[in-house]
Amino acid sequence: MSETTPLPAVGIETVGMTKVFGSLRALEDVSVKVRPGSFHALLGENGAGKSTLVKCIMGFYQPTRGSLIVDGSEQVVRNPRDAMRLKLGMVYQHFTLVPSLTAAENLVISRPDCPNVIDWANEIAGIGAFFDKMPFKVPLRVPVSSLSAGEKQKLEILKQLYLDRRFLILDEPTSVLTPDEADEILGMLKGMTAAGELTILMITHKFREVNAYCDEVSVLRRGRFVGGGHVAETSTQSMAHMMIGDTKLRERSARLKAGDDKTVLELAALYAVDDEGLPAIESIDLKVHAGEIVGIAGVSGNGQSELVEVLSGQRELEDGRIFIRGQPFEPTRQHMDRFKVFGLPEEPLKNATAPRLSVAENMALRSFDKPPISKNGWWLSPGPMRDIARDLIERYRVKTPSPDTPIENLSGGNVQRAVLARELSGEVEVLIVANPCFGLDFASVAEIRSQIIEQRNAGAAVLLVSEDLDEILELADRVAVMSEGRITYVSPIGDTNRATIGHAMAGGH
Amino acid sequence: MAVTDLGLMTVPLAIFAGAIRVSTPFLFVSLGECLTEKSGRINLGLEGTLVFGAMSGYATAYATGWPWLGVLVAGLAGSVFGMIHGIICKLPKVNDVAIGIAMMMFGTGIAFFLGKPFIQPQAPHLPAIDFGFWTSIPQLRVALEINPLFFVGIAVAIAMWWAFKNTRAGLIIRMTGDSAATAKAMGYSVDLVRFLATTAGGFLAGVGGSFLSLYYPGAWNEGLSSGQGLMAVALVIFSRWNPLACFGAALLFGGAGAIGPALQSIGISQGYYFYNAAPYILTLLIMIASVSPKRSLRGAPGELSITK
Ligand SMILES: Nc1ncnc2c1ncn2[C@@H]1O[C@H](COP(=O)(O)OP(=O)(O)OP(=O)(O)O)[C@@H](O)[C@H]1O
Ligand SMILES: [Mg+2]
Repeated sequence: MSETTPLPAVGIETVGMTKVFGSLRALEDVSVKVRPGSFHALLGENGAGKSTLVKCIMGFYQPTRGSLIVDGSEQVVRNPRDAMRLKLGMVYQHFTLVPSLTAAENLVISRPDCPNVIDWANEIAGIGAFFDKMPFKVPLRVPVSSLSAGEKQKLEILKQLYLDRRFLILDEPTSVLTPDEADEILGMLKGMTAAGELTILMITHKFREVNAYCDEVSVLRRGRFVGGGHVAETSTQSMAHMMIGDTKLRERSARLKAGDDKTVLELAALYAVDDEGLPAIESIDLKVHAGEIVGIAGVSGNGQSELVEVLSGQRELEDGRIFIRGQPFEPTRQHMDRFKVFGLPEEPLKNATAPRLSVAENMALRSFDKPPISKNGWWLSPGPMRDIARDLIERYRVKTPSPDTPIENLSGGNVQRAVLARELSGEVEVLIVANPCFGLDFASVAEIRSQIIEQRNAGAAVLLVSEDLDEILELADRVAVMSEGRITYVSPIGDTNRATIGHAMAGGH
Repeated sequence: MAVTDLGLMTVPLAIFAGAIRVSTPFLFVSLGECLTEKSGRINLGLEGTLVFGAMSGYATAYATGWPWLGVLVAGLAGSVFGMIHGIICKLPKVNDVAIGIAMMMFGTGIAFFLGKPFIQPQAPHLPAIDFGFWTSIPQLRVALEINPLFFVGIAVAIAMWWAFKNTRAGLIIRMTGDSAATAKAMGYSVDLVRFLATTAGGFLAGVGGSFLSLYYPGAWNEGLSSGQGLMAVALVIFSRWNPLACFGAALLFGGAGAIGPALQSIGISQGYYFYNAAPYILTLLIMIASVSPKRSLRGAPGELSITK
């Protein structure tokens, strides 16, 4: 690099970054250096403090101590606007596009120099010219709410580039993408960093992406910087070791031979509509036997979420019936209790918890009206509730400051564990899980998959909805593919392969 | 041909004229509510704003002799109500629906209190534009005397519709209404945007009120409003937060309100009260038809407390 033509890419360095939330030290003296023009990975377990670190960099949180150096000079970032001025940008774990605005409107309004009266012909031409330089595009004139998850993620990244950000933080950018989409996006970003146009700091749980795209890596554990270096000189194993230290990974439970062949869960001609009143799932017929995991594969948005919502009582069943052990089942609290139906829906914080209630209260949602928490069904005793929660927190290794912390303050992975603890601690006949490992670190993934296998071994009928084909191939005994609201392909896992399933997912049948 | 006898044609003609007259206040209040809701806040206090606008506009016109000044004062009074709503809602843990109901009581109450002296006197009316100069049929002439505020309302509706798409301010309002977190992330003050939108919405509702007292029915008394301010909320939902559709919906409500008087004008007084209830029945039917527990409201701003 010559002094006269500095790279457009921006480099940063944190010095002794510390962030304290009440009694919790989320970050402790973290110093990380990200070179301009590098593709830098930030790794760490769930709750290690990765999101907290990058939010401090972006001015969303004020660090308790520590400073930020941008391109060699110390800077104070009080809010995201300051970060913008320094050409720092971030794509968050959740989407930050305005759903009712079109892609073009989202892009134009995010520009600091957005004109008072917008000349759309001119703006669309400008965006078009910008898109021409990008390897991927998104439809400009439809509301963002009707784009697919992949398109939204592409648009989030395009927006940052459109705004001329030169240091880009990506917080688990590929969790909503198919592997092909992830490769497409990361490949293009890699090209831009190699050309010195952009610096990237990417939070991820996928070692594959780190090895394929990143130059350097930094690892956090329990809020501290524990190591890093060039990816080329660091093995996956040593990265994993830095993440979890000497903690032993849980052995993957062995898959026992399925016992009896009795049908437990039977779905007969299910039909339900989506929020717009259009058919979401149609003539779904499926049987799940005791001690069997049936995996439902499919590209996101083909009716899987609606199916799970129907089974968990969040969406009305328009037609068709559900049977459990031959008896009609309706997803009410009484029936779920009687038939021992449990579940882990996707986005558990939204779909399976009351976010502002404490961890203990959330863990008691299935049992608060039964002894020992309630002797007579209406008077709750907080003592036993907290004792049960302490036990579950211990057994399922939920990281939380205390049982009384609001569950929304836990990191994503720990919310998942807390819900799983509640759902799996009793006897389970039917288990419905949707994307159970979404956004989890590898240790938690191993842990949760083992739990699911154990439930299967104990004789539960498991319906596993997942967008991650690897997960289905690993866990399922039988696979069913959903496409456009219908089940288009069913096969025992031993008689099929990735290509066949992928073909069915893409709509070929 | 008998010049004065239009026979059954009188009814549609009267409904036409009535629809324009009755729809004007609906149009203004619903545009005000639409603007407020687009920014992510609901203002149920517009009924109070409407009544207070009617009173203050009438009082000003009476005192100065200028009805247009009355319209302006009504609008400004409405803005003040909007500002109060906006300021209170900025406080933490305040619910906009509850504040709206309180503001509704406050607005009507204070209007009745301050308006006592103006129940008797006659204030000058807003002039009408005579589009019927070409005809000699009296009924037609009367029907074509159209109030200027109606056209102002149409212009405001078109301007709002255009501005929501084509101006920075319009996009910021929509963004704030749909995703406050995003607006904040982009460095906009959500509270300020909502405050300004509520204030401007209050202005429109105040103007709508002045129409009631200065044009039709054209006097100030305590029974002046028949719930237009509240029905406007339903109307905005019905028109899916689209200002142009607000205009259509206002005409529909106006037409429904004009059925009773129109029938009475040709001597059918049977079911008079039933016909007068038509706008309310329409409101109910629309709410039932357009709101379903199974479907989300298409087009609703994501931040509205009623749809969240
Ligand atoms: N606003 C907050 N208030 C209190 N505690 C918080 C807050 N935000 C995060 N924490 C805590 O700080 C710790 C670090 O959280 P953070 O979100 O940074 O984890 P992470 O590394 O991003 O995890 P994940 O991989 O699950 O996203 C967690 O223990 C979390 O519970
Ligand atoms: Mg995180």
